[in-house]
Amino acid sequence: MSGSFANTPAGWEVVIGLETHTQLSTASKIFSGSPTQYGAPPNTQANAVDLALPGTLPVLNKVAVECAIKFGLAVNAKIAPRSIFARKNYFYPDLPKGYQISQYELPVVIGGEVNITVAGVEKTVQLTRAHLEEDAGKSLHEGLETSGVSGIDLNRAGTPLLEIVTEPCIASAEEAVAYAKALHSIVTWIGICDGNMQEGSFRCDANVSVRRKGELKLGTRAEIKNVNSFRFLEKAIQYEVRRQIELIEDGGRVMQETRLYDSDRDETRSMRSKEDAMDYRYFPDPDLLPLEISRAWIDQIHDEMLIDKSDPTSLDVPERMAVWLRRAYGVSAADARALTADYTICGYFREAVLNGPRTLLGDARTNPAYIKLCANFVISEVNKKRNESDDPSWKRWVSEETAGQLIAKVFEGIISLNTARQLFSEFWDTDKVGAVGMRDASAVDEIIEKRGLQQVTDSTAIEKMVDDVINANQKSVEEYKAGKEKALNALFGQVMRASNKTANPAQVTEILKRKLSL
Amino acid sequence: MSFANASLSALRVALDTKQVSATELAEYFLARAEKALTLNAFLHIDRGLTLSQAREADARIARGEAGALTGIPVAHKDIFVTRDWRSTAGSNMLADYISPFDAAVVEKLGGGGGKSGNGAGMVCLGKLNCDEFAMGSSNENSAFGPVKNPWNLTKIPGGSSGGSAAAIAAGLTPAATGTDTGGSLRQPAAMCGITAIKPTYGRVSRYGMIAFASSLDQGGPMAKSAEDCALLLDAMAGFDERDSTSLNSEIAKTPIMARFVAAFASGKPADTGSTLQGMRIGVPKEFFGPGLATDVANAVERALKEFEKLGATRVDISLPRTTLSIPAYYVIAPAEASSNLSRFDGVRYGHRSKKYSDLAEMIANSRAEGFGPEVKRRILTGAYVLSHGYYDAYYLQAQRVRRLIGLDFQEAFKSCDFILGPVAPTTAWDIGAKNNDPVAMYLEDIYTLGVSLAGLPGMSVPCGFGDGNMPVGLQIIGNYFDEGRMLAAAHQYQQVTDWHTRRPEAFS
Repeated sequence: MSGSFANTPAGWEVVIGLETHTQLSTASKIFSGSPTQYGAPPNTQANAVDLALPGTLPVLNKVAVECAIKFGLAVNAKIAPRSIFARKNYFYPDLPKGYQISQYELPVVIGGEVNITVAGVEKTVQLTRAHLEEDAGKSLHEGLETSGVSGIDLNRAGTPLLEIVTEPCIASAEEAVAYAKALHSIVTWIGICDGNMQEGSFRCDANVSVRRKGELKLGTRAEIKNVNSFRFLEKAIQYEVRRQIELIEDGGRVMQETRLYDSDRDETRSMRSKEDAMDYRYFPDPDLLPLEISRAWIDQIHDEMLIDKSDPTSLDVPERMAVWLRRAYGVSAADARALTADYTICGYFREAVLNGPRTLLGDARTNPAYIKLCANFVISEVNKKRNESDDPSWKRWVSEETAGQLIAKVFEGIISLNTARQLFSEFWDTDKVGAVGMRDASAVDEIIEKRGLQQVTDSTAIEKMVDDVINANQKSVEEYKAGKEKALNALFGQVMRASNKTANPAQVTEILKRKLSL
Repeated sequence: MSFANASLSALRVALDTKQVSATELAEYFLARAEKALTLNAFLHIDRGLTLSQAREADARIARGEAGALTGIPVAHKDIFVTRDWRSTAGSNMLADYISPFDAAVVEKLGGGGGKSGNGAGMVCLGKLNCDEFAMGSSNENSAFGPVKNPWNLTKIPGGSSGGSAAAIAAGLTPAATGTDTGGSLRQPAAMCGITAIKPTYGRVSRYGMIAFASSLDQGGPMAKSAEDCALLLDAMAGFDERDSTSLNSEIAKTPIMARFVAAFASGKPADTGSTLQGMRIGVPKEFFGPGLATDVANAVERALKEFEKLGATRVDISLPRTTLSIPAYYVIAPAEASSNLSRFDGVRYGHRSKKYSDLAEMIANSRAEGFGPEVKRRILTGAYVLSHGYYDAYYLQAQRVRRLIGLDFQEAFKSCDFILGPVAPTTAWDIGAKNNDPVAMYLEDIYTLGVSLAGLPGMSVPCGFGDGNMPVGLQIIGNYFDEGRMLAAAHQYQQVTDWHTRRPEAFS
């Protein structure tokens, strides 16, 4: 485990618990019919209920509950047959009712676990609970400084959140990030959260404490808020650990407080101490009945989440999808892991396989060589594009169908792998900038045709090109015949260039070798 | 023809036979309301709006599309929000507040702003005074002045639906809506000599009812007779998906209620299809202990004898935790109120203080200026019982007591069909008499709080007069969903008594 403590001085132990607010991808709010779309003009997505006008009442959004059930199933947690919505009372201008509806004593999801791997070591992070609650609105100060007023935007008020809380069982910043990434992968995979960290759809608060090794009692914790990327989460925890250890070593005491992470200065700053901690006067919300979830409802959602309806263990979560990919497609363990790093990546792969051509040569969809080609293309090309974006909630700018078409064309020998790579990259970059929307998969044929990108497989044509190259490069020919294997590469390159990279490379190699051996 | 004392069925006949138009009826009652301003029962009257609704009701009647209530005037307690009339909840906090929507009850009865002819097609005469946010038993807590009792202008009308009760007793409207959290429909009905029913919790949608204590609040009708109340309740009740505590069951409409209404629509005296013969009426000894005024006890005793004459059997029962209902209620109701009233912060609507230098001060000053003393008292009490370290001792304990009170009633219903007793320990008292003693005022609610805590239906039926010719109310408590039988029983009682037809002389 030494790798996990890279930033922790010897003799110290770090204890971290994470609270993650995931914004649920429901069309409407958790207790009202207002839409939840991000970025709308202020207060255009707030109705009478969201504004807490007199006489309004909350009505629970069933889809939000389904999201919670999906999550509970995905992390192997207990789904409470009966949970309670409570009111958390405090005054703030962006909290219209003067209380937030949340779950307090009886949450909807109890327990659960998330597996992580840090420096090759596997670990299971235990979850305490996950509960449903509503988000608050936003106070706006920017641009209003001179007018002496603040704005309130209630578009976000009432947006459904699932707050996921871990046990204090995370031992380093690296583990915290690995957990956050794994959790991000799960919630986006099962489709309950878009995972957009910039827009605040996935926000982590970290409870950090340190203690001397061997100490049984937990140290006093500080809660770090306002961390909106994995990198900042890591840096904020690292900073906080250093701060707390230095403080104790200097004879000071860690205060229980809430601290904000300032990414510009890479430090955490005190926001409020426990002395200012509010008494939220939690009590069960009398406007809402206890949330009762039947076994039948859970079973129904469970069945809808299966990869293979005939296999009750094939729950569509990253870990089990990896197992399923190995079994169904025979991909390697490493490929399966790479392909399940992200729901969209996996979708590319499965769609590409589905697109496999059925020709006289047989059904490519069951052809190991074709499947390997799909896996390699998705892992290298799609992943490359994905990694160019720092945002974990990347958008796919090329449809799975289009990518599948490109791979199928390679397999059929119509275009070269190189051409497929170039086209994929080109589609991605232009569609991203142009925002023209995704091009239709059928456009692939058209572009290949129009640009003359078809691979030349006509052996007469290739033989002609090979002859031309041999005649024009006698020096290389002689070097090759003298035993210099490298000379073949040069000749090969010449032929490919002559064909504008459309000649089938295998055919070129074969014909070259045959002619040179004459 | 005098319509002031006419029953709803008589008004229906008058409208259907063209003796009077809805417009004329509205004019008639508006004129009475405008002449009785001294009662302070109405907070908002808008002649133009009312008459435009009445004209639409007339058109509906002319098209032959009238329901049982179309064209009959109604007035709403100002705790129900309306689109066109202001909705103040009797508070300075909402002195100028206009809601963008109508309460569910207003939609159902009709009489909402703009869209008249909707629902049952009743014509709204205006909004009725009440204790601020329905907190009070005397209507003295209204920010717009106390309501006076039509039987004696120096007396309180009861509360919190005091404006509704006074308006009906004085013949200013034939029907009114009210709400009951701990007795706010029953107690003013008793003190003004009219009939009212608080339905089973969840029968009537709370959507658009400005919340006091969500787990107790229930809207209901106030009128001159059980028959009128039956018709009104039938139109008000029903499932509403906008209220999660609204009941969605078949039992919400009992056959008796349907029969009641059918007989009613034909203009004949209602045939309830039920008889008191063989009914067991439970009389809880705790409702007749010390604290019950002799004049009230005598009137209620006479009513019990009347029920016996109608064939009912008297059964002595016990509701042992009756006295505990006061502390339990005065923990739970303020706790919920303290949270429900947090939305009144001066940020989005309602009163905003002019004196503040920062946000916290703006919220604090707006609330300090906007709320009256009783509301503040309950918010403070509620915040206290919910606070860390006190929650278990107060709120949780009160909830346990609440459950036990419910069990007491269920135990009692094993040996009786209805529970009968007084609504309040005394008749209406002098305005100002109990203003300096909130606890004395709270004790007045002893017979009504248990019913609210249990979520049971409870009625108030006039049963005589006490000292100073002030009305006394008989409380009929039924089991869950038993409103149909309760109304039928009250109706039978009203067939053989005339207490409910008596009117204060000054307004006859």
